[in-house]
Amino acid sequence: MKLTHQDFDDVRVVCVGENRIDAACAIQFKDEMRALSDSGPARILLDLQNVEFLDSSGLGAVVAALKAVRHGQRLELAALHPTVQRVFHLTRMDTVFTIHTSVATAVDGIANAS
Amino acid sequence: MRPEGNLTHQNSWEVSPQSKEHDLRLILPATDAAVRRGLQTIKDGLGPKGLAPDEVASLEIVLAEILNNIVEHAYAGHPEGQIDIRLSQADDGLHCMISDRGKMMPGGEPPLGLKVDLNCDVADLPEGGFGWFLIRELAHELDYTHTDGENKLSFRMAIGQKIRT
Repeated sequence: MKLTHQDFDDVRVVCVGENRIDAACAIQFKDEMRALSDSGPARILLDLQNVEFLDSSGLGAVVAALKAVRHGQRLELAALHPTVQRVFHLTRMDTVFTIHTSVATAVDGIANAS
Repeated sequence: MRPEGNLTHQNSWEVSPQSKEHDLRLILPATDAAVRRGLQTIKDGLGPKGLAPDEVASLEIVLAEILNNIVEHAYAGHPEGQIDIRLSQADDGLHCMISDRGKMMPGGEPPLGLKVDLNCDVADLPEGGFGWFLIRELAHELDYTHTDGENKLSFRMAIGQKIRT
């Protein structure tokens, strides 16, 4: 699982380097996200621009990442592909997460964070 | 991982009268990695048929959930198990039949896949239980049988109806 991150003033942008979050990598994703939120600032932005597909295991792992954040810490999502957006919408998880159209719109002053 | 030819003797695979051939057949071992590759093979195989991107997306979601369940539950811990996938385009959509020789579904029925309750604290959000909900949202005429040690799940995806007209 390739997760890269970049820290800005008050936000850590975590970019998923693979094109899917599925049953084959969900547990690894969950563990790595936890480590990155544990050591991160109050706001974590998960950049999903490379992720073309997410199944229910992947969705469960993103929910687990949300549940793993510290008290007062936020996990937000950015740049969902249509298929990924569809899974969030069908399961109504789009009502649970704050979802931004892009990293640039989510973080002031960043033209291209990743 | 190999598409095979027509299966005219497969009388268990009766879809619509118009559909006489298997457009695509794939046999996969029961591992996450094989499922991943299989989904890609199916997308590549159906690509030239002119399905819209959202049609391919619906199919990939449903197939991924069904195949993951077979790997995790029916064949749990038996990666040598085989999953047989047959897809056939008909006028009313893509007919799909997936069979395996793993464990029967609990109670002999596919799970209901009820909508999960999200009106709760973040700490109580469910991390699973979305799979069958997605399958039932996107697939039609879902039918499951367990006969002579074989699980057979068939359904229709309302996609590609224009391709054959």
